[in-house]
Amino acid sequence: MITSTPQSIIWNPQEIRRQFPSLQQRVYRDKPLVYLDNAATTQKPQVVLDALTHYYQYNNANVHRAMHILADRATEALENARKAVQKFINAREAEEIIFTSGTTSSINLVASTYGQAFIQPGDEVIISHMEHHANIVPWQMVCQSRGAQLKVIPINDRGELVIPAFENLLSAKTKLVAISYVSSNLGTINPIQEIIAKAHAIGAVVLVDAAQAAPHLPIDVQSLGCDFLAFSAHKAYGPTGVGILYGKRALLEQMPPYQGGGEMIKEVTLSSSTYNDIPYKFEAGTPNIADIIGFRAALDFIWNLGWSIINKHEKELTSYTQHLLGEIDRIRLIGTATDKVGIVSFTVDKMHHLDVGMLLDAQGIAVRTGHGCAQPLMQRLGVEGIVRVSLAVYNTFEEIDYLATTLSNIICKN
Amino acid sequence: MVAHNMLSPEAIQEEIIQEFQFLEGDREAMLHYLIEIGEKLPPLEDIHKTEQNRIPGCMSTVWLTYKQQDNRLFFEADSNTSITKGLISLLLRVLSGQRIEAILATNLYFVEKIGMHQLIGSQRSSGFANMVKQIRMVAMAH
Repeated sequence: MITSTPQSIIWNPQEIRRQFPSLQQRVYRDKPLVYLDNAATTQKPQVVLDALTHYYQYNNANVHRAMHILADRATEALENARKAVQKFINAREAEEIIFTSGTTSSINLVASTYGQAFIQPGDEVIISHMEHHANIVPWQMVCQSRGAQLKVIPINDRGELVIPAFENLLSAKTKLVAISYVSSNLGTINPIQEIIAKAHAIGAVVLVDAAQAAPHLPIDVQSLGCDFLAFSAHKAYGPTGVGILYGKRALLEQMPPYQGGGEMIKEVTLSSSTYNDIPYKFEAGTPNIADIIGFRAALDFIWNLGWSIINKHEKELTSYTQHLLGEIDRIRLIGTATDKVGIVSFTVDKMHHLDVGMLLDAQGIAVRTGHGCAQPLMQRLGVEGIVRVSLAVYNTFEEIDYLATTLSNIICKN
Repeated sequence: MVAHNMLSPEAIQEEIIQEFQFLEGDREAMLHYLIEIGEKLPPLEDIHKTEQNRIPGCMSTVWLTYKQQDNRLFFEADSNTSITKGLISLLLRVLSGQRIEAILATNLYFVEKIGMHQLIGSQRSSGFANMVKQIRMVAMAH
């Protein structure tokens, strides 16, 4: 967990924005780009772009293999990135950090290895009604193949988990709880510490989907006590194609490997193989070296800003967005939890979300529209889809003013 | 549902191209124009809004039905989104009521000329292509 206070940067949104080349562009005949789809992916600061270019220009080589200078530089940079991630989430050891291709891949790794090896017929896996498909489908698949049952924590109308219902679901049969730290469509921050403690009390293992938490909240896996935690680099200012899986050493060591291939082995004969130690046991093949190194630069970017400044700005901006949009006629806010990060979703009475999204796009405003990869949540909310505004540290109050004015005009005309 | 004095698909496409020229490539104006013409599209009766009539691969829901009269096909379609209704409206204006051979022979060049791909993006363009495909399949089956 990064807890330091920023050393040199005084909060200045324009200064932050200048670090993001993609935010400088104008679209559709000179309209400034207002990027409000950060929960899908954030834009990348110059330091990340530079790290990628620098790697390919000077240090490009495969890691953990050859004895030459470039291989040494690449290996060191990749392992330093692992240490940076360890520090980012305050893991006990760097070996507990596994690089994958994204949150989805991280969750699938646990489902396919831990799930297949340790979930038995009659066991139960608990998820919630607000999960992203990536934290539903892998568990459905495991339950189906292992003869286990999937149980679902309900949510209330504000988009919060119903904790007493969760307590009722817990039993001796509960093997694993897979739960999002922050809802990707509602922005709700779940009481994850409480959930982990309750699950551990009956001996269940907990996987936390932290895809939407990583860019917004300091994460401390030791203090949370979670057994697994998954997130993606690209939602936290890093490149696409890099996912993180944190797992407690004892669990990772018990788990069978995920994919077979180079890197994950100790010795191979034609009849059998022995496997490498963690984390390499779970990193078959050449990793996404450049993007992992690029992610380290993104973590440095977050480090340099500091969580106190990020949290203060995003909290104020979220309340402002929620307030302004909530006042617009025909808008129904979706997800009004008291404890939430910068995600403000809504529907517009008598307008389809796809039309709203296209009309906003025509004004240079990028938002997400649709079911947000959470169809069960949409079914619970009784909507076909939503418009989702999701914020990042570089968004400004002026952008939200522009969004609110544009939205009011669009709704008036339709 | 009569085809008297029906313009050829080419003549209708020229009309559409001209109408869009007035909008001078203004994105917002083009979208509002699509919404406007979509609103004029006669709604499809609920009885036709079936899974069987649904066009696969569209981001929004689109239903298409048709009737044959002599050697002409008359299409009716609807969608749950306003912009898509506008796109349907353009397509039906060109192809509905035409002779089957004409439907199969028509090159829908207006799509490129009005810059539809840039306007609606690649995902919706692929949905539009599915609507065209569906209409052609109906024509081929007759």
